[in-house]
Amino acid sequence: MSISIHSISKTFGTYKALEDVSLEVPNGSLTALLGPSGSGKTTLLRIVAGLEFADDGPGKVLFHGEDVSGIPAGRRGVGFVFQHYALFRHMTVAQNIAFGLSVLPRSKRPSRVEIRDRVHELLGLVKLEGLDKRRPHELSGGQRQRVALARALAIRPKVLLLDEPFGALDAKVRKDLRRWLRVFHDEIGLTTLFVTHDQEEALELSDQVVVMRNARIEQVGNPQEVYDHPRSPFVYEFLGNVNKLTEPNGNHRYIRPHELEVVFAAEYDPATDRLARIHHLFSAGPVATLSVRLNDGKFLEVEISRKQLDELALDTGDEVSIRVAGKASM
Amino acid sequence: MANLQATTESKPVRVVLILSALTVLSLFLLLPLFGVFAEALRRGWEVFFAALTEDAAFSAIKLTLIAAGVSVPLNTLFGLSAAWLVTKYRFKGRALLISLIDLPFAVSPVIAGLVWIMIFGVKGWLPPAMMAEFLAPLATLAKQAAANESCGGLFEGIAGWLADPKIVFATPGIIIATVFVTFPFVARELIPLMESQGSGQEEAAVTLGASGWRIFWRVTLPNIKWGLLYGVLLCNARAMGEFGAVSVVSGHIRGQTNTLPLHIEVLYNEYQFSAAFACATLLALLALLTLGMKSLVGRISGHSAQE
Repeated sequence: MSISIHSISKTFGTYKALEDVSLEVPNGSLTALLGPSGSGKTTLLRIVAGLEFADDGPGKVLFHGEDVSGIPAGRRGVGFVFQHYALFRHMTVAQNIAFGLSVLPRSKRPSRVEIRDRVHELLGLVKLEGLDKRRPHELSGGQRQRVALARALAIRPKVLLLDEPFGALDAKVRKDLRRWLRVFHDEIGLTTLFVTHDQEEALELSDQVVVMRNARIEQVGNPQEVYDHPRSPFVYEFLGNVNKLTEPNGNHRYIRPHELEVVFAAEYDPATDRLARIHHLFSAGPVATLSVRLNDGKFLEVEISRKQLDELALDTGDEVSIRVAGKASM
Repeated sequence: MANLQATTESKPVRVVLILSALTVLSLFLLLPLFGVFAEALRRGWEVFFAALTEDAAFSAIKLTLIAAGVSVPLNTLFGLSAAWLVTKYRFKGRALLISLIDLPFAVSPVIAGLVWIMIFGVKGWLPPAMMAEFLAPLATLAKQAAANESCGGLFEGIAGWLADPKIVFATPGIIIATVFVTFPFVARELIPLMESQGSGQEEAAVTLGASGWRIFWRVTLPNIKWGLLYGVLLCNARAMGEFGAVSVVSGHIRGQTNTLPLHIEVLYNEYQFSAAFACATLLALLALLTLGMKSLVGRISGHSAQE
């Protein structure tokens, strides 16, 4: 089920949360709404869910071509996973997952046996078999999140909406769950829209990245597109580390740390390189990060592989020559 | 060990603080409590029971139970609705509503009683004569119902009251005054509790398709049950023990408009000390019962709030 967002605006009092936002979310895709706090991404997600309504005007939300703008959340058929899970504290895991089914009107409600079977099916899907009688406070963060997911899926929603799904988890759990979600999404193929402020997460996980800032959409594209061809300084800076150089004529130039090369000072070529002294070296990780100080006092950040670091045998205080990979002029 | 010493007071200071707290506790709480029971039983068990079963005492107990029996459910209903409204929604005038809920606490109980006399008294804004006029059509309806329906007696009683509606210096006035002074208890207990719990679970229930009533019943209520019970206990204790407002509004008609606290005052003024204290033990027992249940609730809810 595709999602179409047309000209949505939302104001809270005097605060403009969204300004004329339009977006297409293709059927079956995993789309990330990425942006800093206050960019409007969560508001947009909640409007798609029906938990908020857009300002009066031309704005509308379509599910598979059907206008759902006026339909409240309960009847839109969305599955929503909240940042802090919002599990029902006093119910067991099984009761939590069954909730959506248990509140269906009599005529549509499945039998107790059918509900129980569906709960077990979902527990298997999220790899939480055997935990049906536990209560939320007896589960870890990652487990709670998966229960929240199972609960949202129980009602067979048309779209899945996740609000910073991994925001409240430890870094390691976050990475594991991230990978798990990608595999899971590929398995069930449900159109999924999620909100995050973590660009690594958005780039790693999604088919389509929507970069938002200050109530507007800055750029939409697949992860490769937005990272390699950012359309504005904001997108460039937000999606990764960046070096900002000011040229003599006043123009700004952006270069990523991994786009810079380090060579011996003896190989310095004045036409393309800059001389610099290593100020700080950080190599406890998959790549080595060097903070180098140029002659004019500015700092650059350079990323090189551990192998290169070993080959060059560098240390703090060494003089080196910095060039752009591919030998374009610095 | 070093840590412990860094954040607690030194031993002598701790001893002094604990001793002072115990002294104050004994002087202001334990001594009076002990005194009430001692005085009540001074002339023996027979006098004690006679004082409790005597007609005027019996009516007083009955009236207290009626006043509490009406005001506690009403204020529970009101408290739940107000807390739900204030914590799950944002609207203009929300802050004003929260302040108004606290109004009965800010007002002196005497004023809380006088206000009703000012409204419903003979010289008030809605005197009995005017009320009788307003209620006349209802009175005729009730009379007709009394003639036709099976519970004719009930409708007779209602018709009788509607024809000559006494509010102040009668039971309805006492009920109204009690409702007013115990207004805030349940709401004040629930509002911070529900505020701290947030609306996350309710929103989740919304997305899962539950209706408003369902959400309240299956999601909100189980989460607030201990706070609600606590609020109801406090509301009840105050409803049964209220003196000031009820005293002003009741008219002290012996055997008719005296609640238990008022009856105790009457007995004491007539120098029937043992009888007065005997009735007072009922209120003291109510206090002990309330405290006991309160700490029980506190312990159980402490167990269930583990995340």
